[in-house]
Amino acid sequence: MNATSPVGRFWREFCENRVALAALVVVAATILLAILAPFVVPQNPYDLASLALIDARRPPGYVGRSGFVHWLGTDAQGRDLLSAILYGLRISLQVGLAAGALAFAIGATLGAVAAFVGGRVETALMRFVDLQLSFPAILLALVLVAVLGPGRGQLIAALVAAQYAYFARTAHGAAAAERAKDYVSAALSTPIPAWQVVFRHILPNCLPPLIVVATLQVANSIALEATLSFLGLGLPVTEPSLGMLIANGFQYMLSGRYWISIYPGVALILLIVAINLVGDQVRDQLNPRLKR
Amino acid sequence: MLGFVLQRLLQALVVMLAISALVFAGVYGIGNPIDVLISPDATQAIRLATIAAYGLDQPLHIQYRDFLLRLLAGDFGRSFVFNMPVLDLILSRLPATLELTLVAVLGATAIGVPLGMYAGYRPDSIAARLVMALSVIGFSVPTFWIGLVLILTFAVSLGWLPAGGRGETAMLFGTAWSFLTLDGWSHLLLPAVNLSLFKFAMMVRLARAGTREAMLSDTVKFARAAGESDAVILRRHVLRLIAIPIVTVFGLEFGSTLAFAVVTETIFSWPGVGKLIIDSISSLDRPVMVAYLMLVAFLFICINFTVDIAYAALDPRLRVKGAA
Amino acid sequence: MNALLAVENLATHFATRNGLVKAVDGVSFHLDAGEIVGLVGESGSGKTVTGFSLLGLVDAPGRIVGGSIKLEGRELVGLPQAELRKLRGRRVAMVFQDPSATLNPVLTIETQMRLALEAHERVGAAAARDRSADLLTRVGIPDARRRLETYPHQLSGGMRQRVAIAIALLNRPSLIVCDEPTTALDVSIQAQILAQMKALAADFGTALIWISHDLATVSALASRILVMYAGRIVEEGPTGEVLRKPAHPYTQGLLDSLPSIAAPGEDLRQIPGSTPSLANLPEGCAFAPRCAFADAACKSAPATRRTATRAVRCHHPLGEVAWPL
Repeated sequence: MNATSPVGRFWREFCENRVALAALVVVAATILLAILAPFVVPQNPYDLASLALIDARRPPGYVGRSGFVHWLGTDAQGRDLLSAILYGLRISLQVGLAAGALAFAIGATLGAVAAFVGGRVETALMRFVDLQLSFPAILLALVLVAVLGPGRGQLIAALVAAQYAYFARTAHGAAAAERAKDYVSAALSTPIPAWQVVFRHILPNCLPPLIVVATLQVANSIALEATLSFLGLGLPVTEPSLGMLIANGFQYMLSGRYWISIYPGVALILLIVAINLVGDQVRDQLNPRLKR
Repeated sequence: MLGFVLQRLLQALVVMLAISALVFAGVYGIGNPIDVLISPDATQAIRLATIAAYGLDQPLHIQYRDFLLRLLAGDFGRSFVFNMPVLDLILSRLPATLELTLVAVLGATAIGVPLGMYAGYRPDSIAARLVMALSVIGFSVPTFWIGLVLILTFAVSLGWLPAGGRGETAMLFGTAWSFLTLDGWSHLLLPAVNLSLFKFAMMVRLARAGTREAMLSDTVKFARAAGESDAVILRRHVLRLIAIPIVTVFGLEFGSTLAFAVVTETIFSWPGVGKLIIDSISSLDRPVMVAYLMLVAFLFICINFTVDIAYAALDPRLRVKGAA
Repeated sequence: MNALLAVENLATHFATRNGLVKAVDGVSFHLDAGEIVGLVGESGSGKTVTGFSLLGLVDAPGRIVGGSIKLEGRELVGLPQAELRKLRGRRVAMVFQDPSATLNPVLTIETQMRLALEAHERVGAAAARDRSADLLTRVGIPDARRRLETYPHQLSGGMRQRVAIAIALLNRPSLIVCDEPTTALDVSIQAQILAQMKALAADFGTALIWISHDLATVSALASRILVMYAGRIVEEGPTGEVLRKPAHPYTQGLLDSLPSIAAPGEDLRQIPGSTPSLANLPEGCAFAPRCAFADAACKSAPATRRTATRAVRCHHPLGEVAWPL
C-alpha cells in the first residue's frame, strides 16, 4: 500500500464500506436538494394563493388543478407534498445544523477549558455536565421550549441546551488526556498565551472524537426537533418542518390517507439513518481498538 | 458500607436541592403565572388578591423558600387545570407509566442482550448483520415515527391490536394495572414495543461491543484452552463480564424511558404521566410541570443509587475489603 | 516413533490489511511424554502463535494453512472445533502470561475451576470442590478450601498464576503449553513457580512446552531448547549443548545479551536491528540483515541441517560440529 495523506487513507477506508458510502451519498443529495428546493419544486408550498382546497388530500400521482402531477399526493391544504417535504427538509436541516454547530462550539470550549484549568472549576463544571447528561435531553428540551415559547431561535436554544453536554463531556475527556502530554507543557513554557494553547493545540487534537459526536448529534437534533414539532411544541405553524408535516397528517392516517404522514416521515428517516450510518463508520474508523 | 450510603444520600440531597432551584427558577421565575391563574377581565382588586394569595408579591428567594417548605410538607400545590392536589394527580397517573416503562425496558433487555451477544460472537454472520441493521433503525428513527408506523400497520391495516388506551385493567395493591388482563396486554403491546425499540437498540450495541471485546480477552482464551464450550463461555463468563455496563445502562435508561414515555403516551393515548406533562405544558399548568420534573429527578437519583449498589454486587473488586 | 507430539511443517498465517503475515511458517518439532522443551525467541517471532496452533485456538484472521500436528498419534489439523474442544484441557492445556487477565475477575475461583471440570465430565458440586481444593494444595496454595471462595483480585499475582496452573492441570492433560507464565511475576516468585512446575510436571507425567523470550528461565527448566526466529525454528538441541555451543548466529546473539554471560563492567551486547515485520520478510534467510556472518549465500533460504540430537537452519553454522548438508 503506497503512503498517501491521512485524509486520503481515511477516505479510501471509508469507501470500503458500501453501506456507509451510500449513506454519505444520501446525505449529500439531501443537503443539495434542500439548498436547491426553491428551484426544483413544482410549487411554492408557502404561497397560499396557489393552493386550492379542491386539491386537498389527494393520493400520490394525482394531477392537480394547476396541471402538474403530485407525485407524493397533497396535504390537507391542497399543498403538493413533494414541495412541502423539500421545504420541510430545509427547515429541519437548518435547525439541526445550527443547533449542532452551536452545541459543538459551546460544549467543546467548555470541556477543553475545564480540562485545561483543572481544579475546582473543572470539578464543578463537569459535575454539572454529568448531572445534565443523566437527565433525558428530550425532557429538558420540552420544558425549555414550553418556558421560552415558540420560535426558531428558542427551539435552537433548547436543542443546544439539551445537547452541548455531550460535546463538553467528550472534549473534556480528550482534552484531559492531551493536557497531560509533553507538547502541551512545552507550549505552555513558551510565551504563547494560554488561550492559544487551548484553541490552537489542545482542541485540534480532540477533534476526531468530537467529529463523531457532532455527526450523531446533528442527527439527534433533527430527530428531536421533529419530535418536538410532532408534539406541537416546536416551530411555529408558518415554518412547517418535517415533524409538523407528519403531525398534520397523523389525524388522516387512521382514515387511510397514509401518504400525508408517511412520505415526510420517510424523508426524515432516510436523512437521520443516513447521517447515523456515516457517523458510525467514522467512529469505527477512528476507534483504534477495533483496528486489526 | 453505611458510610458509603450516607455519603450518597447527602449527595442526593444536594442534587435534589439544586434541581429544585433550577426547576423553580425555570418554571416560576420566567414568565408570569398570574396570567394563567386569573381571567384577563378580572378586576385589579382580584388580581392583587390572587397575587398576594399565591405569595407572588414576595421576593424570589422568599418564594423559593416557601416553595421548598411546602415541598417538604408534601404539598406540591394544586393543578390549575384539574383543580386537585398535584401529588394525587401524578400518583393516579404514575402506575400506567411505570407499567409501560417496565415492560418496555425489561423486554428490550431480555431480547436485546442475547441478540447483541450473538452479534458480538459472530460479527460477520448474516443474522448478526440483520440484528445490527435493526438496531440502527431502533437507534436513529424517532420514537414517534415508529409509533405511527406501528399504528398504521397493526391497528389500521391489519386490525390486530388496538391503537390506544389502556384496555381492561385489574386491581393490585389498590391500583389498576393493564398487565393483569389479556385485553390489557393487547393494549400494552404496541406502546411497549414502540418505547422499547430505542432501548433494544442500545442493549444490542452494548452487548455486542462488550461481547466482541470479551471474546478477544485472555479470560475467554483461557476458558477455551480449558476446553469450555462457546455456549458455556458466553453464558457463564461473557454475560457476567458485560453485566456491569448493561446494568448501568438498564438503570439509567429506565429513567430516560420514563421521560421518553411522553412521546409514546401521546401517540397511543396512554393515560400516564407523560401525557399529563404534555397536556400541562400546553396549558401552562405550572404546579404539575414542577412536580413532574421533581419526581423525575427524584426517580433518577433513586435509580443511580440502586445502580451503585448493584455494581458492588456484580463486581467483587468494588466490594469493601473488610466485608469479603 | 511414539512421540507424544509431532509437529510437521506447521504453517499459521494471518491475512491482514497489510498483507499476509506468516506468523508460523514451516515449523517442525517433536516432544516425548513428560518432556520439558523450551521455545525461545523475541516477541513477534511466532512462538505464541505456535502455542495457540497446538490447541486449535488461532483467532481470525489467522488460520492454520498447512502442516500437521499429531498429538498421541491423532492428527489435530483439520479436526472440527467440537472435537478440538474435547481435547483442550483434557489432552493439551495452556497457561498464559498475565494471570490477572486470564482469570475471570467476576467469578470465584471455585466457579472457574468447576467450569473447567464440567467442560469434560459431569461432576457434583462437592466432588468438584474436593478435586479443586486438592489441586490448589498441590500447586502450593495454602488453605485451599477457603481460597476457593475468593475472587482473583483477592489473591497475589503469584497465587493467581498458581490457580491458572491448577486449572490447566485439573483434567490431567498430557501436554501443557506455558506461554511465558512467569514473565509478569516478581523474580523471587518466578523461581518458586519454576521449581514447582518442574516437580508437578514430573508428578503428573505432563510434558511442557515452555515459551519464553528469556534463555535463563528456560535453561533452568527445559531439557531441550527450540529457538524461533521470524516464524521458523532456527536452532534445536539439548539445553546444555545449545547454551554452550550455539550453532545459529541468532542464538549466539541471544546468549551474548544475557547479563550473566557478560563479564562484570562490560557492556551487554545487543543483536543489531530489530525483529523483521512478518508481513514482508526478506528473501532468503530472515536473519541475514542482522547477521555478522551473512554473505551472498544467505540470499537463498537455508535448509534445516540435522545431526542426531541437534538441528540448525543456517548457511554458516558456528562451532565445529560437522553439519550434514
